[in-house]
Amino acid sequence: MRVPIGWLAEYVDIPAGTTVEDLDTAFVRLGLEVEEIHRPEQLTGPLVVGRVLEIEELTGFKKPIRYCQVDVGEAEARGVVCGARNFAVGDTVVVALPGAVLPGGFEIAARKTYDHVSDGMICSVRELGVGDDHAGILVLGSGSDDVPPPGTPAGPVVGLEDVVIELAVTPDRGYCLSMRGIAREMGTGLAAPWRDPGTRTAPAWAGERAWDVTVADPDRCDRFSMVAMEGLDPTAPSPWWMRRRLAQAGVRSISLAVDVTNYVMLELGQPMHAFDRDAVTGPITVRLAREGETLATLDGVERKLTSDDLLITDESGPIGLAAVMGGASTEIGDGTTAVLLEAAHWEPTGVARTARRHRLPSEAAKRFERGVDPELTVVALARAAELLAEYGGARVVGGVVDVDTRAPRPTIELDAAKPARVAGVPYTAAQVVELLGAVGCAVDSTGNPLMVTPPPWRPDLTDPADLIEEVIRLAGYDDIPSVLPTAPPGRGLTDVQRRRRAVGRTLAEAGYVEAPSYPFVGTPVFDAFGLADDDRRRSTVIVRNPLSEEEPALRTTLLPGLLAALARNLSRGQRDLALFEHGRVFPGDVRSPAPLPGVEGRPDDETLAALLGAVPEQPWHVAVALAGSREPRGWWGPGRPAGWADAVQAARLVAAAAGVELTVRAGEQAPWHPGRCAELLVGDRVVGYAGELHPRVCAALELPARTSVMELDVDALPPAAVPVGPPISTFPPVLIDLALVVGEDVPAAEVDEALREGAGELLESLRLFDVYTGPPVPAGSRSLAYALTLRAPARTLTSEEATTVRDAAVAAASQRTGAELRG
Amino acid sequence: MAAGIPGAADRGGRAECSPVSGANDPYDPKQVAALSPEALDEAVTAARTAFAAAGDLEALAAVRPAHLGDRAPVLLARRERGALAPAARSDAGKRVNAARQAVQEAYEERLAELEAERDARVLAEERVDVTLPWDRTPRGARHPLTTLTDRIADIFVGMGYEVADGPELEAEWLNFDALNIGRDHPARTMMDTFFVAPEDSGLVLRTHTSPVQARTMLERQPPIYVIAPGRVYRTDELDATHTPVFHQVEGLVVDRAITMAHLRGTIDHLVRALFGDQATTRWRPSYFPFTEPSAEFDVWFPEHRDGPRWVEWGGCGMVNPRVLIACGIDPEEYSGFAFGLGIERALQFRSGVGDMRDIVEGDVRFTQAFGVEQS
Repeated sequence: MRVPIGWLAEYVDIPAGTTVEDLDTAFVRLGLEVEEIHRPEQLTGPLVVGRVLEIEELTGFKKPIRYCQVDVGEAEARGVVCGARNFAVGDTVVVALPGAVLPGGFEIAARKTYDHVSDGMICSVRELGVGDDHAGILVLGSGSDDVPPPGTPAGPVVGLEDVVIELAVTPDRGYCLSMRGIAREMGTGLAAPWRDPGTRTAPAWAGERAWDVTVADPDRCDRFSMVAMEGLDPTAPSPWWMRRRLAQAGVRSISLAVDVTNYVMLELGQPMHAFDRDAVTGPITVRLAREGETLATLDGVERKLTSDDLLITDESGPIGLAAVMGGASTEIGDGTTAVLLEAAHWEPTGVARTARRHRLPSEAAKRFERGVDPELTVVALARAAELLAEYGGARVVGGVVDVDTRAPRPTIELDAAKPARVAGVPYTAAQVVELLGAVGCAVDSTGNPLMVTPPPWRPDLTDPADLIEEVIRLAGYDDIPSVLPTAPPGRGLTDVQRRRRAVGRTLAEAGYVEAPSYPFVGTPVFDAFGLADDDRRRSTVIVRNPLSEEEPALRTTLLPGLLAALARNLSRGQRDLALFEHGRVFPGDVRSPAPLPGVEGRPDDETLAALLGAVPEQPWHVAVALAGSREPRGWWGPGRPAGWADAVQAARLVAAAAGVELTVRAGEQAPWHPGRCAELLVGDRVVGYAGELHPRVCAALELPARTSVMELDVDALPPAAVPVGPPISTFPPVLIDLALVVGEDVPAAEVDEALREGAGELLESLRLFDVYTGPPVPAGSRSLAYALTLRAPARTLTSEEATTVRDAAVAAASQRTGAELRG
Repeated sequence: MAAGIPGAADRGGRAECSPVSGANDPYDPKQVAALSPEALDEAVTAARTAFAAAGDLEALAAVRPAHLGDRAPVLLARRERGALAPAARSDAGKRVNAARQAVQEAYEERLAELEAERDARVLAEERVDVTLPWDRTPRGARHPLTTLTDRIADIFVGMGYEVADGPELEAEWLNFDALNIGRDHPARTMMDTFFVAPEDSGLVLRTHTSPVQARTMLERQPPIYVIAPGRVYRTDELDATHTPVFHQVEGLVVDRAITMAHLRGTIDHLVRALFGDQATTRWRPSYFPFTEPSAEFDVWFPEHRDGPRWVEWGGCGMVNPRVLIACGIDPEEYSGFAFGLGIERALQFRSGVGDMRDIVEGDVRFTQAFGVEQS
């Protein structure tokens, strides 16, 4: 809502000395967010009112040019060249004289142009910096209009001092989409006297109803008012002051009849519509649309209607989409001399549905959706009729139509002490009554609870809480003290929350950089990954209104986003990267639709279970991606390229951070390299994969060869057991190194496991320290070298015992994996 | 070699050329002359000279036996005491001990000097350039949105709050209806919601963390003191100031006699904990269907890179009784407050981040600047 301060001052006695900043503060305190303050651009030098005395049409140029004699209040008229044609002899215009500087630094000087000396410039609205209208020059009035005499300084006339404050109005306060509502708020906010433009009394229009009107759906329209006018001069322009205010409010001037309806809407908040009376055929009916009906609206769009759209119809069919937009067939045209003015009150949610369905957030719909004062229909008709009479010569014919089926306004009971209890501020009952009065409520305070009837323009005030809010808001939020409540003792983070933190911190400390990404993906990435058609990761949740049609699905794996981040970093010149992400994925499990129960109370257990059950599981995953060197080259030597082993180790780190034991075995899963893919298990359950990307995937995604990734389902990890502190023996250890020759295909993990089991309880630690292939190890085999630390809990091991343990370990490895002790 | 322990070489040398009198030898003035002060002085001086002349630890070790070994003059002299008259023995003993101690001290002094010289030389040779880098393991980092969220969570956990989680793909009823945002409510369209297929799924990508309020109230009875951090979604295109995927922290308190003053106290505490003791808040009336009264709050942030100023940060209010009712809590018995704040926004002004895209694009240079924990 754009509020021209000059207009506001018509209703509110803004105290002298009030600055724009004061107004800004007052609006904000009232809860009307100031989005922008538009200050007219500065204009200096002589700018005066002029009257056009003569017009000489110049020909022979590329476009028609006028050379005008303009009376600017001096002894002699000035000659001014002008390219616009929207004015006539006798019109009053604004002239910038030589020496004036228009907004944008445009200096006016007497100069020769089109073979004539132009001794000034006749200005358009845009040149004056007071609007965007550049269609022609600004005509203040014509002939005998009540306009200032030539020579009058034009600054104040065109309202150059006018500031426009643009407000963001929250959806509960539709009444603030009008000067009337803003005036009420600012009257209270500035503690200044103010006048309600909505209090005018409609004239007693005599005669029979001007038109036959039936409202077939009173639930959607509880008031429909209309007045007919004839004798409208179709060429009569809207007065300059009206056009200026419309321009300031951001509304385009169209014609007098349309401008008047828009003006009254801005003034009072009552949207109106003007039909060309002669284009309306037969009685008007307000009814719901029938399936298949269509309506060409004013914006030139042919709209298919649904049975939920409310219409204004005549014998020809639909002539208006109620509350949203008029129809083209009854539009006011260049020759319209008779109009039907309509002002109605529509049910807000129906308006919202229609506006949304047809994507027509019109100014009218915006107001009706948020609630309009139903008292105002006839008042608005009276105001519009008055303006059309004054500026267009029209007169009202016949009696007013007023189909009124409104229900009486409800009364709300309010405990006068409740606002104080909500705010923690000791308001008195008298204060509460006074503030509710300022809102416009009728308050019966003979007892407690107070009986409060909200004003008709506040349909949002339905609950005691709404009234309490108004009291606290108008009393001022600044009064609310600051008191810290005491929470009962808490238990800190849950195991799941601590685990998520531990996983992130562990990876970061291992050199991985967190790169969270958007969860939107497209099918092509699954193709690039080489996922089988029936791969579960292809089953996705689809966003109906995605930001990008190419990425309409929600991720089922973290890898697409993480690899995109990897690629982005590479494209920015990074070489050595280790990234991680953890977050939710969205498997596309088919579920039954989530119910939408009422809100009158807690849903019953069954409905609630259905509701919560309809929300799919969204497991928390963690993923890493590596490219380039894991350790850089340096003065210590060459770097170490990142590879599959780093990805697997990342999984082990995650598992360790989560306090669970991870088993690793060879796996096969897209998008990993089939020979370099580790399957990650906890017990028998596969929780993820790690390794090198398939070379084809690297090629398809334009990633460096040997890019390695890991992804693991953190939520699939079982809860960590509380660790048991091991007994620490202080007796000396026995250290044994041994090398085993095993077949190439034997996984180290199996040898490791066999050694541990064979060694038994005296084994304190086991570590693989070398892997060797080549002579003298036979082809097809490799040598694995292990360091064993043996120790007994309560004595010193003898060398015989140590030898026995070693032999048992080797025997176990030999038996299970065919390992042979290397000589 | 330890100076005080007699070596085998000392012992072996004695039999060969011992000028020492036996203990029971008769008095022999010549022998006893070794105990004279002059002789002892001479021995000490000789020892000092010899030690000083030793140029390194090996040389010192080589001359040591002659002055401190069993054959050394001061040690030999000691053995002569028995030849003195008992009355003179004591004096002579003192003299010998003093001489012996002087030689020992001279030796140790020289030893220390030579060791220091050697150490200085060897350690100088072992000198390295300690400014050489050893960044063999790259530095990782958590994203500042993560660490800032944790930081905020920790402040509330410190006050006894618990942290609640909720899904990002959420039931429409919990995201809207339960929060008093009816089917045709204008606020519903203002939320710029991502809807998911099929049309009747009843699911949306949550537009705020507020559905966690509803979940919490449906799950447990008051007193409730929780915060709910998480990712939320709106259909905004990514630009310097907007992102379709962003992060909020929601707070909810439901208890007996909770007032707006408690809400203000809580938010004031948060901003002081996070932005310093100078930080204060300013409230502006606003509108959220799920709170009434509602406010937006600004933070006075003295450290702003463009100078001290008010910065818009979040929304808050008293839980609308309709929300309590929809979640099965009696609004006559309990009242509550809720607030929501943007993590991206906090990161932007707290760390002077000008462009939203830097926060969302995952550039390692950005994230690395923040490290593993938020300071």
